[in-house]
Amino acid sequence: MSKKPEQQEVETTGHSWDGIEELNNPLPRWWVWTFYATIIWGILYMIAYPAWPLINGATRGVLGFSTRAEVAADIQAVAKANAAIEAKLAAADLTTMSADTELQNYAVNAGGAVFRTNCSQCHGSGAAGAKGYPNLLDDDWLWGGDIEAIAYTIRHGVRNDTDDAHYSEMSAFGEFLEDVEITQVVNHVMSLTGQEHDAGLAATGAAVFEENCASCHMEDGSGDRDQGAPNLTDAIWLYGGDAETITATITNGRFGVMPAWGPRLSDAQVNAVAAYVHQLGGGE
Amino acid sequence: MGILDKHKVLERNGTLLLVCSLLVVTVGGIVEIAPLYYLENTIEKVDGMRPYSPLELTGRDIYIREGCYVCHSQMIRPLRDEVERYGHYSLAAESMYDHPFQWGSKRTGPDLARVGGRYSDEWHLDHMTDPQSVVPESVMPKYGFLSDTLLDGEYVGELVQTHRLVGVPYSDEMIDVAQADFTAQADPDSDYDALLERYPGAQVRNFDGAPGISEMDALIAYMQMLGTLVDFSTFIPDPSR
Repeated sequence: MSKKPEQQEVETTGHSWDGIEELNNPLPRWWVWTFYATIIWGILYMIAYPAWPLINGATRGVLGFSTRAEVAADIQAVAKANAAIEAKLAAADLTTMSADTELQNYAVNAGGAVFRTNCSQCHGSGAAGAKGYPNLLDDDWLWGGDIEAIAYTIRHGVRNDTDDAHYSEMSAFGEFLEDVEITQVVNHVMSLTGQEHDAGLAATGAAVFEENCASCHMEDGSGDRDQGAPNLTDAIWLYGGDAETITATITNGRFGVMPAWGPRLSDAQVNAVAAYVHQLGGGE
Repeated sequence: MGILDKHKVLERNGTLLLVCSLLVVTVGGIVEIAPLYYLENTIEKVDGMRPYSPLELTGRDIYIREGCYVCHSQMIRPLRDEVERYGHYSLAAESMYDHPFQWGSKRTGPDLARVGGRYSDEWHLDHMTDPQSVVPESVMPKYGFLSDTLLDGEYVGELVQTHRLVGVPYSDEMIDVAQADFTAQADPDSDYDALLERYPGAQVRNFDGAPGISEMDALIAYMQMLGTLVDFSTFIPDPSR
């Protein structure tokens, strides 16, 4: 134990328990002044900012602070700074936009931000997609891969409730085809990409394919972008290319939905995302 | 120091101290809570808000039961980054039929106040069943078991009635036909016109694509309506608030 400093005489509170007395030391000066300062701060704050609830609303405070006004001003400031290039982007002709380096750079960066916020949940933060959600890095496109087509798909979506959405429906062929016919078609489809298959089944499957599938997927299986019918010959699979998955796809059909982003994003944002997706690698 | 001498009386009389403490706390309570009951502008009027449909309300119960609010907030704050990411900042009116509200205070996952319509039903199903299958970096647990429990809405009328008890304006009719509305909303082939009249803007679909109404259907129905009711094209914020 360190030696106690020499203490000067202090008053006691007069309380005494079994001869133990309670000293009545004054509070430290710094503490007392800090305490008074907080009270003064509190009063000034109430005058400066909205504070007291009255009959028809709270006092406004002399600074006139409002969270809503502040966020509106924040948004306004950024919108103003970007106004010129945003207007240019909204009105841009997408096919020739890449010639304007400044605009293109702005679009790709802004589009990347919009993509990571809104699109990455399905298409992945690197745009590589997931099972059932198309990979946007490859050059396989369901509804068209030129920049105008990409912008259309972003704006209107796929198979949602809006009027202009891309629409097509793959029926559940389990209702129309016998199990053996489905097995035959599966083998035919697998033969298209050179996967291991039963040649005999595939040969009969070709006839079933021509009758049931070729109207959308084309006779050679190369697909049809007008109907969003995937190309079956490129070994790129949305749901999976093994026999089991193809069987499930044919039996139950598929109905992938993409929301329409036109109502949520501005024209400039749609163009920006289109530019971003288009330059990822697969853009046509 | 006269007042400090009088303090001695309080300190030496336990009951008096208790009564006086209560008085002090009451003043604080009155100042903070009472205005919420009489201030006309606490909840500003907006177009489009309606009580939850029976199926959505059931989904909301599942949301609460599974503790979704522990990681997800439903409260977009008036800050530029939040507004740009999630959409218009939340309004008091948007939680006026929430008992209890689901604002939350922690975001391990993103805010869900306006998640409705952002993703497809199939995405919600995939994501709920195996979050990492669509968002590999996610730390969300799997909720696929929600598909296993089928619901018949036997007690949904009572659920709706309970919410009326705490102030949600459900009509007698809404309570009477709650179970029918519950099943109709998950069946696109049903006759749902009356449902839409009672709950304008309700979305009628087989949300999980599987037969029967499971807890998954109810939860996705709830997800898909979050933040979709208020028409912000007609909303002009009062800047003084």
